[in-house]
Amino acid sequence: MKQQELENTKEYKYGFTTDIESIRAPKGLSEEVIKFISRAKKEPKWMLDWRLKAFDRLKKVKEPNWQKPKYPKIDYQDLYYYSAPKSVVDKPKSLDEVDPKLLETYEKLGIPLKEQERLSGVAVDAVFDSVSVATSFKGKLAEKGIIFCPISEAIQKHPELVKKYLGSVIPITDHYFATLNSAVFTDGSFVYIPEGVRCPMELSTYFRINAAQTGQFERTLIIADKGSYVSYLEGCTAPMRDENQLHAANVELIALDDAEIKYSTVQNWYPGDKDGKGGIYNFVTKSGACRGKNSKISWTQVETGSAITWKYPSCILQGDNSVGEFYSIAITNNHQKADTGTKMIHLGKNTKSKIISKGISAGKADNTYRGLVSISKKALNSRNYTQCDSLLMGNKCGAHTVPYIKSKNSSSIVEHEATTSKINEDQLYYCNQRGLNQEEAVGLIVNGFCKEVLQQLPMEFAVEAQKLVGISLEGSVG
Amino acid sequence: MLEIKNLQVSINSKQILNGLNLSIKPGELHAIMGPNGSGKSTLANVLSGKSGYEVSGQINFEGKNLKGVPVEERAQKGIFLAFQYPLEIPGVNTNNFLKTSLNSVLKANGKKEVDTLSFLKLVKEKSLELGIDEKFLSRQLNVGFSGGEKKKNEILQMKILDPILSILDETDSGLDIDALKIIAKGVNLSRDKKKSFLVITHYQRLLDYIKPDFVHVLSGGRIIKTGHGELAEELEKTGYTKLN
Repeated sequence: MKQQELENTKEYKYGFTTDIESIRAPKGLSEEVIKFISRAKKEPKWMLDWRLKAFDRLKKVKEPNWQKPKYPKIDYQDLYYYSAPKSVVDKPKSLDEVDPKLLETYEKLGIPLKEQERLSGVAVDAVFDSVSVATSFKGKLAEKGIIFCPISEAIQKHPELVKKYLGSVIPITDHYFATLNSAVFTDGSFVYIPEGVRCPMELSTYFRINAAQTGQFERTLIIADKGSYVSYLEGCTAPMRDENQLHAANVELIALDDAEIKYSTVQNWYPGDKDGKGGIYNFVTKSGACRGKNSKISWTQVETGSAITWKYPSCILQGDNSVGEFYSIAITNNHQKADTGTKMIHLGKNTKSKIISKGISAGKADNTYRGLVSISKKALNSRNYTQCDSLLMGNKCGAHTVPYIKSKNSSSIVEHEATTSKINEDQLYYCNQRGLNQEEAVGLIVNGFCKEVLQQLPMEFAVEAQKLVGISLEGSVG
Repeated sequence: MLEIKNLQVSINSKQILNGLNLSIKPGELHAIMGPNGSGKSTLANVLSGKSGYEVSGQINFEGKNLKGVPVEERAQKGIFLAFQYPLEIPGVNTNNFLKTSLNSVLKANGKKEVDTLSFLKLVKEKSLELGIDEKFLSRQLNVGFSGGEKKKNEILQMKILDPILSILDETDSGLDIDALKIIAKGVNLSRDKKKSFLVITHYQRLLDYIKPDFVHVLSGGRIIKTGHGELAEELEKTGYTKLN
């Protein structure tokens, strides 16, 4: 390997590209392209109509511009909206038929799909550019009536569920990127947990962007029927490129009576180089509806990658006594920017929400927490607790906290706490004196700072996330 | 083991140490006493390699010049500093910190790292030896620890890292008699032919429990008098001013 390449891989070890033959939709955004995607996915007519309705809407709405990180105008006609490895187009029936090149790619990413199936208790859906290439443990899950499959497959096999719930939390009119996603979404996961079933293993989706000049439009839909429980995790990586690539996802969660969904994200898209060149624009809409009484949705996110992260995983607390939680770690280094937080919309009585946000900025990065807590007139006796902590490293980065609080009844209680601190030189010195080098020391202190959030991650991923937190900040202390 | 020659240290152009000479041989325990502001803590910090000081003169440790050697490497080579004010690190489990620290030192010396089980065994053994309640080890590092607990934690870390040169920076100040005895026990149990100690203190009290080979008086940035145990007792009676 050349010296430059060696250095690059040290910074971001997932930055390789898989050389694989792909089938792409023609460049640009048009009705033809949407029809191409729909045809490629063998979709029924109602799905295509839904997409076209969104496309119609898209022509009338404008990109939002109120967020803190600004970005150069995206030329939506200069993107590919669909790219799939040729070998996947005739969809393999089992893992043995999956292109070895793809299996190798996932192995390199630390997700050995085949071994995964045999060894660990985690079921994986692997999404490569615009298609799902493999889903493990499907059979075992089906025994309990659990559906875990690519959403493109669910559209064909479970249209009644998709029709009922798709767009029911994030309507196609929600905002520009949600509308765009509704028109051109390609793949993502579909999960349905039947009434009274506790999902016996972690479900996870691994998103990989590989093709150049291609946007990834993930669509994920998770439904937890009455009294059920599921824990789901997504991971994301992409190759290193000088261009900025767009990942615009829509994720919808629905929890019915007494159901609980735990959704965790470890986002490690390519962040761009030291000078801020390249990297993913991670513009994501995530929203969960606690539709039933006593239901619960908990978001946990570890956001370390992307040039720009812009997302607010939300909870709509419709059912009485429902609970929403948001635990977040957002790390920005070099020129990365993050504007992230949550929305807790209290509609039902006795609803509770909790927000724990940890923002870490280093280098010349900028980190904003933006959150909305809204308590409606009818949401009597509701409660919110928010805690936002920011940690600064060096003196060229920024941290901002922008909380919006609306309370329309007097029986509810809303609390907000915020702190901003700088990483303490004396703490570093103390760790150094105990034999830890600068990077180990920073990793340790930052992991301590994030502990409340890291604790929320499923065991299988917590260790990995801790390491990632350390790696993301490497070189940030001189 | 440690050879300090004509050490000059200033901070923001203010001279603190002014031509300090000190030689510590393996197995020796030296005590440094001196009034406030005489440069005792500066000496401890400079020996550990803390940045922010302008340093000239020479510090040789195990025959090697320490100039330019970073803090963690000095620690890995066997220099331990028990802090006067141990730092709090929220969210970091004390046990975990100790294990990470021990493994860094072992790794740097080409030794095998310990796994969690053998580490916990080691901690249990050492806390028992010192008579320390190991409960505080499952708490966050120094967070909410009493002054005594913090200092005991420092001594436990010293026992576990097993350094060849331990510097105690006023570890005794602010301690009750029981905690003081634990600190002294930690030092006394570690003393052998190979290990050396530099104990910095204000009071003679600690030296009732730890018998030094040499006592030095630091004043005005240099050692103005060197003697044995009786010098400490004399100081206790007469104070520092008489010496100037």
